[in-house]
Amino acid sequence: MSETTVRVAEGPALVLAGYEGKPLRDLADYRAVGGYEQLEQARTRDPQAVIQEIVESNLRGRGGAFFPTGRKASFIPTPDKIAKPIYITVNADESEPGTFKDREIMLKVPHRLVEGCLIAAHAIQSQQVYIYIRGEYLAEYESVQGAIDEARAAGILAGVEITIHRGAGAYICGEETGLLESLEGKRGQPRSKPPFPAISGLYASPTLINNVESITTIPAILAVGPPEYAKIGAPPDSTGTRLFCLSGNVERPGVYEAPHGITPRHLIYDVGGGVPGDRTLKAVMMGGSSFPVMTPDDLDTPLDADSLGQKGYFIGSGVVTVIDERTCIVQFALRVAQFYMHESCGKCTPCRVGTRWLVQLLRAVEEGRAQERDLDLLLDVCDRIIGKCLCVLGDSAAMPVASCVTKFRDEFRAHLEHGGCPFGTDSQLARLFAPVDQHAHTPVAQEALV
Amino acid sequence: MGFYEEVQEIRARYPEGTRSAVLPALRLAQERHGWLSREAIEETADALELTPAYCYSIASFYDMFDLQPAGRHEIAVCTNVCCGLVNAQAVLEAFEHELGVGPGETTPDGAVTLRAVECLGGCSTPTLVAVDHVYRQSVTPEDVPAILAELAE
Repeated sequence: MSETTVRVAEGPALVLAGYEGKPLRDLADYRAVGGYEQLEQARTRDPQAVIQEIVESNLRGRGGAFFPTGRKASFIPTPDKIAKPIYITVNADESEPGTFKDREIMLKVPHRLVEGCLIAAHAIQSQQVYIYIRGEYLAEYESVQGAIDEARAAGILAGVEITIHRGAGAYICGEETGLLESLEGKRGQPRSKPPFPAISGLYASPTLINNVESITTIPAILAVGPPEYAKIGAPPDSTGTRLFCLSGNVERPGVYEAPHGITPRHLIYDVGGGVPGDRTLKAVMMGGSSFPVMTPDDLDTPLDADSLGQKGYFIGSGVVTVIDERTCIVQFALRVAQFYMHESCGKCTPCRVGTRWLVQLLRAVEEGRAQERDLDLLLDVCDRIIGKCLCVLGDSAAMPVASCVTKFRDEFRAHLEHGGCPFGTDSQLARLFAPVDQHAHTPVAQEALV
Repeated sequence: MGFYEEVQEIRARYPEGTRSAVLPALRLAQERHGWLSREAIEETADALELTPAYCYSIASFYDMFDLQPAGRHEIAVCTNVCCGLVNAQAVLEAFEHELGVGPGETTPDGAVTLRAVECLGGCSTPTLVAVDHVYRQSVTPEDVPAILAELAE
């Protein structure tokens, strides 16, 4: 029962600075590598100046949306402009399939997350930070709570309260407004925007929402200096390092810190040791399961937002999941669609109904009951979901499915011609069980349209 | 401390007049009762000064709340794509075989509830299995009997 590999693959150690195999869980250990020094210095500077430094670094959100973190902070009104409390919520609801980096941050460098929270709190003059952590993360919750308690006892919090709020199992609560609803004690169903959380977020107050990795990067940015940070990686837009999540059919999976611009080929073959058994790489789940799959001919595309964007890919949460030749791509698309069907909150019709359509059609293809026109119908359903809902969960189902149908159309056709799956039971994902909603009273009707 | 008092402590962590304590209070109730029975939901609603219907509407949204009796132990096997690529199905089947129940079911003696769950965030060490919420990484079908033996102790 092995441990997750977590290490710096290339470039400067920033998020993982000071971590060399031994978790920096104790305050003394963290202080020994310069911990909380950036907070101390930042507190002597004007809050606006700190925001300006984050803007200068061009840090972008590591949760998936890649929005400029500094700009987001600059939208928050200053306390003299608004008679409401100002909140920070840290999104630790890491649930995107293939993503396991925030968890390692919380286990390995929890104090850096706390330091990042406190610097951000100083920058936007907030007294209350909520960390929304997914309910399944128990060890991670204990690790961060331990760091908060230690920091409080050492007087580091200086009047700022950091409260961990544990989720209860819902992917949609990783969506920022779904998270706010959940934190307010409601069903985690996304809100209509505007108003944006910076103006009316938690309890209708100005709220800054950032991913764990984004917040944890802030002390590292101040340590190297924002102009220096802005030169790392693939400037001007994809600055700095990030934690890439390498998994799937690869020799050495793990969390690897590396600068933006590293190629998937380098990450998979040099850092990760390649595909086991010298098998052929068939596709890469790039950015997370919510995005178009990458085909082998694009393995030299630098992992930065611009280069990926030019080819229709997304950097997402830094996921690189290797899929080898043994996997049936229809089964892959089906399992991905099942996930989104299960996680759809049900608020918007195109997503609630569309994800069920995708599952039904993909199952028909997989079982050889479909016809050529059903492949077009699949793409049509995707088209009727994308951009038509309050949040991007529906898009996240449609984009990978559409990419599989488009890029692997021959393999979909083979299912039609063969009258079933040409892989038989040899595919790695064959018969893979997908959870259904345990609360539904009629499990048989789970996938049926109502 | 009684349940009511503990819930009041949770409520104090959040601004007055908000419902933020619902999730932690329901988790506490589930820990005490083993699952969210009608009585557990009513007790939670009373402590929060909310209606049972509201609390039920929240409990039914989130996967980790049990609205049916659950076993004393929980085994949650990740069957999302990353674990699936590296044999999660075989691990799930090994549990099914050893326990004699399918995903979502509880053994007749009420000892273990088996679940298949979505990505738990342990993709580099498949298959990830959460045993009573504690993560076990890189679980293979061969590890299954030993895990169950631990629970039987």
